[in-house]
Amino acid sequence: MLRRFGRAMAAAAVGIAVAWGGSASAQQKVTIEYWQYFFQQRVTAVDKLIAEFKKQNPDIEVVHNHFPYADYRTKVAAAIPAGQGPDVVQLFYGWLDDYIREKLIQPLPAAQFPIAEMEQRYFPIVQAMKRDGQYYAVPTAVRSLALFWNKRLYREAGLDPEKPPQTLDEMVEHAKKIVKRDRNGNVTTAGMTIDMTAQDHHWIREVLIRQFGGAPYSADSRKVTYDSDAGRKALQFYVDLQRVHQVGTNGFMDESQAAFRAGRAGIHLDGSFRLGALQNQRGLEWGVTELPAQDGKRSNFASYWVNAVTSKATGPKAEAAAKFLQFMVSDAAMQLWLAETGELPAAKAAALSPANLAHPLYGPFIRGLDYAAATEFVNETAQRQILIDAVDRVLLKNQSVADSVKEAAAAEQKLLDDHHRK
Amino acid sequence: MTAGALPSTAARGAVRFKDVRPGRIVAWTLLAMGGIAMVMPLVVMISTSLKYPHEVYDLNLIPVEPTLENYLHIFQNTKFLRWFVNSLIISILTTASVVFFDGLVGYVLCKFSFRGRQVVFVAILSTLMIPTEMLVIPWYLMARDFGWLNSVWGIMFPGIMTGFGTFLMRQFFEGVPDDYIHAARIDGLNEFQIWWRIAMPLVTPALSALAIFTFLGNWTAFLWPLIATSNRDLYTLPVGLASFSGEFATEWEMVMAGASLATLPTLVFFLIFQRYIIRGVMLTGVKG
Amino acid sequence: MSGLYGRLSIAGKQAVWAWAFLALPVLFYVVIRFWPTADSFLISFYSWNLLGTPRFVGLDNYVRMWSDPTFWLVFRNTFEYLIIGTPVSIVVAFVIAYYLDQVRFAHGLIRALYFIPFMTTAVAMAWVWRWFYQPVPIGVFNNLLSELDLPTQPFLRSTEQALPSVLAPAIWAGLGFQVVIFLAGLRAIPESYYEAARIDGAGKWMILRRITIPLLRPTVVFLVVISSIGFLRIFDQVFNMTDGSGGPLNSTKPLVLYIYETAFQSYQMGYAAAQTVVLFTILLLITLLQLWLLRSK
Repeated sequence: MLRRFGRAMAAAAVGIAVAWGGSASAQQKVTIEYWQYFFQQRVTAVDKLIAEFKKQNPDIEVVHNHFPYADYRTKVAAAIPAGQGPDVVQLFYGWLDDYIREKLIQPLPAAQFPIAEMEQRYFPIVQAMKRDGQYYAVPTAVRSLALFWNKRLYREAGLDPEKPPQTLDEMVEHAKKIVKRDRNGNVTTAGMTIDMTAQDHHWIREVLIRQFGGAPYSADSRKVTYDSDAGRKALQFYVDLQRVHQVGTNGFMDESQAAFRAGRAGIHLDGSFRLGALQNQRGLEWGVTELPAQDGKRSNFASYWVNAVTSKATGPKAEAAAKFLQFMVSDAAMQLWLAETGELPAAKAAALSPANLAHPLYGPFIRGLDYAAATEFVNETAQRQILIDAVDRVLLKNQSVADSVKEAAAAEQKLLDDHHRK
Repeated sequence: MTAGALPSTAARGAVRFKDVRPGRIVAWTLLAMGGIAMVMPLVVMISTSLKYPHEVYDLNLIPVEPTLENYLHIFQNTKFLRWFVNSLIISILTTASVVFFDGLVGYVLCKFSFRGRQVVFVAILSTLMIPTEMLVIPWYLMARDFGWLNSVWGIMFPGIMTGFGTFLMRQFFEGVPDDYIHAARIDGLNEFQIWWRIAMPLVTPALSALAIFTFLGNWTAFLWPLIATSNRDLYTLPVGLASFSGEFATEWEMVMAGASLATLPTLVFFLIFQRYIIRGVMLTGVKG
Repeated sequence: MSGLYGRLSIAGKQAVWAWAFLALPVLFYVVIRFWPTADSFLISFYSWNLLGTPRFVGLDNYVRMWSDPTFWLVFRNTFEYLIIGTPVSIVVAFVIAYYLDQVRFAHGLIRALYFIPFMTTAVAMAWVWRWFYQPVPIGVFNNLLSELDLPTQPFLRSTEQALPSVLAPAIWAGLGFQVVIFLAGLRAIPESYYEAARIDGAGKWMILRRITIPLLRPTVVFLVVISSIGFLRIFDQVFNMTDGSGGPLNSTKPLVLYIYETAFQSYQMGYAAAQTVVLFTILLLITLLQLWLLRSK
């Protein structure tokens, strides 16, 4: 009911805007709010985009707010029902389901985002943003994973700094050569980073499990299927990095990306969004390559951040929000986004340009998109925690890998069931 | 009467311990070392906040190249100053309100006789047993429904009066002789004037103790401000610091500079008002 | 109006003044304290995610709590904070206060050193300690241990050490307060008691056991209750030292953090309210115990 009302209001607003045309600037200034979670490069990018947008639309004021990742979702979900917070909001694609169900966001206005054009312009992943024939969100950028390596540490370990590992075995072998310890056996330079709270849980879920011949979920994403041989092998491989090969320790330097940036880790798996930060790191000699293969099989994890108009935006605010959103996903904006954050354009033509495919930094990520899978999260925080706990149970509590995988699968299945029962 | 007026056992026992025995020197040395250990975390925090990144993990306490760059970076790139002012405003307003209302209610419950006094007193006293955590969810719903979220009032409304302060003040007004009040009444002062001009000045030590505790409590409060604010501009210092530290985690010199900025004002406050603060703590111990 | 007031007896006037003064405070306590308390009880019988309409579920939330292993783990952790924190802090504070009370040289300065951590913000200190606990090569404690060729410790990265590691800054920050309270208690003991004991030939140890400690009973009860309540409500340190997760494997998660998560991250308001009712009951029992202990004096 409310949603229909919001939609009607948005339509009316668009109608009024069309009728009034250029006289809008004479009207009172409309202020809309944009929210995202804090990530330095994105904040800078959005600030620049807003400045540009304001130049083109002097009658619209955009307030930019950002929050730590950990609080972000809570803040959005608390603010919108209270009539507070953002008019345009950036969301992780995995949260979309909840947001639509909780009526926090409204369908995109068809005037600015014609349905036919959507499918043409973006990667097929936009399908995930469609409900009942309507699009609820539009992506600016796509991310995938790749392997970063430190060339100086490669040289010091007697490895060829231009030959990063291509298989999991090579990766372990390199990492073992790179790892350094002090006289008491404490790791001072990690061969490779081990950090479940960063991207590693995606790596286990969508990459390792698949590479070891399994699948994390059933085709309809309703069933957890990693309590399998492949699942056990994947977790075994991961915990062995610390326990058997001793190439690093979980929690080394608090955050894996910090360790890599400080030149204290030889190999680090991370997303394309890390490029921006690493490019600003002076004195660090590094390269990036596709994730290592296993038995000739490659896999990757892709994720998207999308923008949507919240249900709070009505009337002139809805109109301004739609305008801003359209600006945010223009080719020019995507170009700026790529330059500022290193995140890949979500529009096909822009991403798959020959220049991008051959780019030494963007290339590996874009090639990774070819064989990437996206997890259909129902509650990313909880699902992430389940895998973090699975690794911790083995590393800290000495639980057997088989039992830990079993426990994790059961917990995640319960989570999925609870979600779908609602 | 007041604990602050009592001589310390050391002073009283001067005769007892007039001879300096080796055991006493050992005890003193251990105590002093313990005291230094207590402030070490703060020393390390401040020292690290003055270091460049490359020096952060060295164990030296005095930076080789001291710098204020971390502080400068914080002031330029975050809303620390704003959070600081927010905390200051909220702490001051809340403290003023608590001193006023707790003083008034404590006085009324002590010096007025009227039907229902005992009921009101017991009711207010019983709120001491209700933990904040239990009220947080209804407060949140209330603030949401009234549109108080993300406002100074929304952060401070739960704390503008306290059962503890009321109880404390009532105890202290017991020590104010009724004769003073009768005399003031004969002089033609009304009841409000009697309370404000006659009674309140007589309990200044207790008021200052209450003010110090209320201020500190609000300055460091975390759970409720965390829940009640989503707008960065309205964060209090602890909430801002938590979010800032989450964003800058692993740049420890920045985190230490932020932590120092949150801590230094109360340290300076302590160094200036040390006597009152210590006396205030002793008062609550004796009376509470 | 003033005519009406003028005709009142003195007692009547007093009552008018009293209620005029009390009007706003009574409103405050009813609306901001009592009503929310009742509301919490009420919400605990509903299932509600903040968005839709609350649905009455009877005792479901309590039944769920009973069979929720995380709740029991959290319950255990909460008492672990209490059972380690309270005795350790009180014994240490007493020892310090006992000796500090006999010291004259630089007495004020040493007392200030112990008291200073009490003036800090828990959030700020949690981050400072969090850094101290990091593994080699960045953590201060482990770098020191390594420098001394002692085995390094996992601290926050261990299910056994994490809880005491989170607790340490909480004890550290509260110690000075307890020392000062003990000092006040020690000073309140009349000198004549000590003199009488010495005349009877009692030794130092005997005086401590027979006079000092028994006479400090009210102080100890006060501190035990204050610090027990403090440890049962621990939140700031855990939230900031474990990325809000209470990890690893929930080994540091206290009840208040679980309540926060349930209410403001999972939006299960009813279940969270049921947990607050449990917390309320525990704190109430402790307060009543204090009243009973002080009365039996």
